[in-house]
Amino acid sequence: MVTDINLAKARRIAAEVADPELPFLTVEDLGILREVSVEDDVIIARLTPTYSGCPAVSVIEKDVLNALTQAGFNARVVRSDMPPWTTSWITPEGIAKLQSNGISPPEPAGMSDALFATRVVACPRCQSEDTEKVSEFGSTPCKAQYRCNTCKEPFDHFKCH
Amino acid sequence: MSEHLLNTVLQIADDHLILGHRVSEWCGHAPMLEEDLSMPNMALDLIGQARSLYTYVAQLEGKGRTEDDFAYLRGDREYRNCLLVERNNEDFAHTVLRQLYFAAFMKPFWEAMHTCSDETLVNISHKAVKEIAYHVRHCGEWVIRLGDGTAISAERMHDAVLALHPYTAELFEIDNNRQQCINSGLFPDSQALQPAWTSTINQIFTQAKLAVPRDEYPQTGGRKGLHTEDFGILLSQLQYMQRAYPGASW
Ligand SMILES: [Zn+2]
Repeated sequence: MVTDINLAKARRIAAEVADPELPFLTVEDLGILREVSVEDDVIIARLTPTYSGCPAVSVIEKDVLNALTQAGFNARVVRSDMPPWTTSWITPEGIAKLQSNGISPPEPAGMSDALFATRVVACPRCQSEDTEKVSEFGSTPCKAQYRCNTCKEPFDHFKCH
Repeated sequence: MSEHLLNTVLQIADDHLILGHRVSEWCGHAPMLEEDLSMPNMALDLIGQARSLYTYVAQLEGKGRTEDDFAYLRGDREYRNCLLVERNNEDFAHTVLRQLYFAAFMKPFWEAMHTCSDETLVNISHKAVKEIAYHVRHCGEWVIRLGDGTAISAERMHDAVLALHPYTAELFEIDNNRQQCINSGLFPDSQALQPAWTSTINQIFTQAKLAVPRDEYPQTGGRKGLHTEDFGILLSQLQYMQRAYPGASW
């Protein structure tokens, strides 16, 4: 029988699982852990993928399942596609962690579809707003590459999605 | 009805898988490091979307086949992708133009899908539309950069337009399966998306100093399973592992 206390524990264990590509961020920080519930004594963890083709998604699902199983829970991970994830689900803690790990967080203002559109993206190291986009795509689907013209450092920008 | 829906979803699933595979061929070969990252990222978007679509096709079919069975274990005549997406990469100009032609169609397609009545497809559309918007921007910018670039880049862009434009008509083709889906409100009317597509392409071509070719002969057949010679070579690479080692997984 899964008690309320156990459910809270299961939720905590699931929430602490880290993203394999951004290991300083947990699924909680990313906002992709939608719900942890109980059905017929089985813990159900609902996760929403970030990008359709993000290779980290299946790894994260496996990691959450392993973490719950190792803690002795009978668990299942369910993919929940609707509503679709947006970067606005990243928690304030997640935003702070991105910043302190040298990744400029997504702009809440949203992304313009206009060609050659430029947005002000502040350098996560020196906060200068004199930066330039190097490429729309970075090391993972969620990031773009920028360069700071003030401190001359390259940095990743978490794209608004 | 579900037969029509299955066949029509299969068309767009195949479009995404085949284009995703083509774009992935650039991995390790792109002209610069930034593009070596952007190409596989776009391929991942497309293959991710294909996976969702194949999973739905398998569910509609209800015969226990999986996304992998559809991706890896069919013959060439069973693929229903349009011919545009299977065209060879050739050079970077061909690749970014092919991607722009496709993405400029899929963006309004997914937007129109938001108000259609199939819940699974509506869910997929909300995710895919954000991803495809990047493809329009990124590839549109490259078409302009190359078209309005050096004499050589402009010539290559021009050649790509001549080679690929005849394949764009098939994007708007409506076969009986799709017509039934459109009539039932499950799919957007592809013809109605033509003005949006044309406007995107015209806007980009104007900036790129490229002309839309006239007097062309539309090339179609993919929706009926009639593919180009290049397609067999693509499939042999795509399916090699599952053909040589059936059931292999890692
Ligand atoms: Zn800086």
